[in-house]
Amino acid sequence: MTDRLDGPQATGGGESAAGASSGPRETPADPSTDSPQPGAALSDSGADAPATSDSLTVSESPTDDSPIDSDEPPAGPAAAGYATAAPPGAVATAVATAGATQAAPRLGPSPRLAVMFLLPALLLLAAWVIYPIVYSIWRSLYDSAGDRFVGLGNYLSIFTDSSTLTTIRNNIIWVVVAPIIVTALGLIFAVLTERIRWSTAFKLVLFMPMAVSLLAAGVIFRLVYEQDPDKGVANAIITSVHDAFSSSASYPGARPRENDQAPAVAQGGAVVTKQQVQAGTPVLIPLVGLNHDTVKDAPAAKAAPGGDGLSGTVWLDVVRGGGGTLNQIDPQEKGLGGITVEAVSGGAVKATTETAADGTFRFSGLPAGSYVVRLPQSNFTAPFNGLTWLGPALITPAIIGAYIWVWAGFAMVLIAAGLSAIPRDALEAARIDGATEWQVFRRITVPLLSPVLLVVFVTMIINVLKVFDLVFIIAPGSVQPQANVIALEMWRVSFGGGGNQGLGSALSIFLLVLVVPFMIFNIRRFRRDEG
Amino acid sequence: MTTLAEPRHAQPLERNLFGRVVDRLGGGLVQVFMVLVALFWLLPTLGLLVVSLRGETENNSSGWWTLFTKPAQLTFDNYSNLLASGFGSSFWNTVLITVPATLLVIGIAAMAAYAFAWIEFPGRDLVFLVVIALLVVPVQIALIPIAKLYGFLGIFGSILGVVLFHVAFGLPFAIFLLRNFFVGIPRELLEAARMDGAPEWRIFATVVFPLAKPAIASLGIFQFLWVWNDLLVVLVFADTENQPMTKALQSQMRQFGTNVDILAPGAFLSLIIPLVLFFAFQRYFVQGMLAGSVK
Repeated sequence: MTDRLDGPQATGGGESAAGASSGPRETPADPSTDSPQPGAALSDSGADAPATSDSLTVSESPTDDSPIDSDEPPAGPAAAGYATAAPPGAVATAVATAGATQAAPRLGPSPRLAVMFLLPALLLLAAWVIYPIVYSIWRSLYDSAGDRFVGLGNYLSIFTDSSTLTTIRNNIIWVVVAPIIVTALGLIFAVLTERIRWSTAFKLVLFMPMAVSLLAAGVIFRLVYEQDPDKGVANAIITSVHDAFSSSASYPGARPRENDQAPAVAQGGAVVTKQQVQAGTPVLIPLVGLNHDTVKDAPAAKAAPGGDGLSGTVWLDVVRGGGGTLNQIDPQEKGLGGITVEAVSGGAVKATTETAADGTFRFSGLPAGSYVVRLPQSNFTAPFNGLTWLGPALITPAIIGAYIWVWAGFAMVLIAAGLSAIPRDALEAARIDGATEWQVFRRITVPLLSPVLLVVFVTMIINVLKVFDLVFIIAPGSVQPQANVIALEMWRVSFGGGGNQGLGSALSIFLLVLVVPFMIFNIRRFRRDEG
Repeated sequence: MTTLAEPRHAQPLERNLFGRVVDRLGGGLVQVFMVLVALFWLLPTLGLLVVSLRGETENNSSGWWTLFTKPAQLTFDNYSNLLASGFGSSFWNTVLITVPATLLVIGIAAMAAYAFAWIEFPGRDLVFLVVIALLVVPVQIALIPIAKLYGFLGIFGSILGVVLFHVAFGLPFAIFLLRNFFVGIPRELLEAARMDGAPEWRIFATVVFPLAKPAIASLGIFQFLWVWNDLLVVLVFADTENQPMTKALQSQMRQFGTNVDILAPGAFLSLIIPLVLFFAFQRYFVQGMLAGSVK
């Protein structure tokens, strides 16, 4: 213990004085234990007055307590330990402090000791956090090379340059959208987890992304957002949902033959019959332009029987390997199933049907008259392939989606903790009074939770202002200008090839200014909690 | 009184019966909904795991979810290739950065927090408010100045520089968290030790530190995850030879699409240790979060 004391004390006069001031006070009865220490003696002569005045306010004084624990052995060695650090002139101080401690009988070490405890932390904070703030303010007033004073020029260019304006716009989108969604989802999940089984497991699952690095989360979502529905799970889900609700068959590239004998022509993407057609005469709509492989499993095309109603056949009028009669159904030719067919009269669609697997269709119950049969464009468009998540239009919403995935669990756990602190009586009383669950939630749970919700919300805003990794990782290089945010732009202009540390410093100061309101919020909250 | 109260209670009981039926149905729906949400949350990470375990040709030709129809496609080749290509050294760098940065923050912050909590000195409250203010200071502010400073000191690109940066920026939160825990320690315990004449060092080491184990565990896991998962700081301050996993993987992002066989197992390796720690210490993690949700 003596060694531990000696180490730091040897580093500076101030600390040793702290030891000195407490030393004599512990051993007024036995000054002989004082063993002179040269270093401490030197510093003490200089710091004598402050040491004494310190001991007026905060003092450790076994003298007061000696009636209580005078018979306890530890006091002896401990006192001796202090005494080794005590200076020769301690006796004089001891008299003074002994008098002082009578006036202020409080336990506690000298403030000088606090310096010792605080020094490493304060040095690091001063050099790595405070100094950089000052330096950045100064640096932001100079140009990219750092030798020409430009005043507020860098700040001006933040608000005039189109690329930085994009980052500000994106940050605004982030701040408006992400914290609200995260807080709302956290609230919903927190309330709902209270009502389900295995709620702990559920919470762990939602909370797990917090442990994952944002880089890994970025890689994860690059995979999720892959364009190809056979690779990216987002588009795989979207396309399968889309296909479940829309007609499955689609024949991109199918078209009628472009010659005079062909009974149908292309018209604005759709395929229509050249002649007016009537019920009783089967309509033939031969198409070409499809790869044989796409229909190799389809049944052979059949001629639609005449008879009641308007009927016909849509088929691929190509025989594999050549041959066959043009515009006639040959035995090897395949029907095109699932094609939407419209009966049009006077420009209006009168009826709609779909071809069977063998390509035949029939409108039944159609009023007599002459029609044009039309295969609308939707039959020939390329199949829906999902969304371009990582394109310029959707990139920011896509990254916000990943952000929500990461942070919703955080919000949920915080809000759930607040929820568990709500008095159950209040909720039960409201239920007994006949309130619906929604009323309980809206009128009691949410207001009682509002302090927690505010903390989560503010934490998210601070966090969102600094968002960097997710944008950097998820946005492909070509789209990064559209997805850019302030924190990323700061890195880009200063280190990522921009080479403009003047602008970079201005951006970092801008970022700091943005979080200042939340600094004040935190300080206020702390003072209220302490007060 | 009682007679008046009874009819009031009878009605809610009936309503409760009805309410319970509704709750059963609603509860079932809620359960289903939440299971779906949980699946939704698990799916992306599961995807990463499966992709990391599939060969390049499989990944290029079909989605990872086809695993469920033909599970024989799994292989550890990606992982062995990745480790053979030197990824192990960046894993080691991550450890070399994270462990000291975590231990130093705990030690230095605990000392400072002790002073803030239990030693009276002039200006204490003001200094502590400054620490709280520093909680939200963005890391970006220090990148340029500290890069200059490190160039001057000759430690730019070194692991030491990265560690010191992480320690400094971890301190405000760490001091805040520990100080708030320390002030909750019963005054009598400290005063008894002081009366015994124990010096502050000993009180700190033998009374406060052991009592604060839960808070220190919270802080430890928080700081560990923060440093382990950091990308921005190492992007600026770590040389290629000292780069941790995050920076090594980031440098692969440009070829995304052609090198999923490197990125997926790399990302999974980088998240497996945080994940294990998280599941082992999630209680402390939550406590730390509740104590300091301001960063």
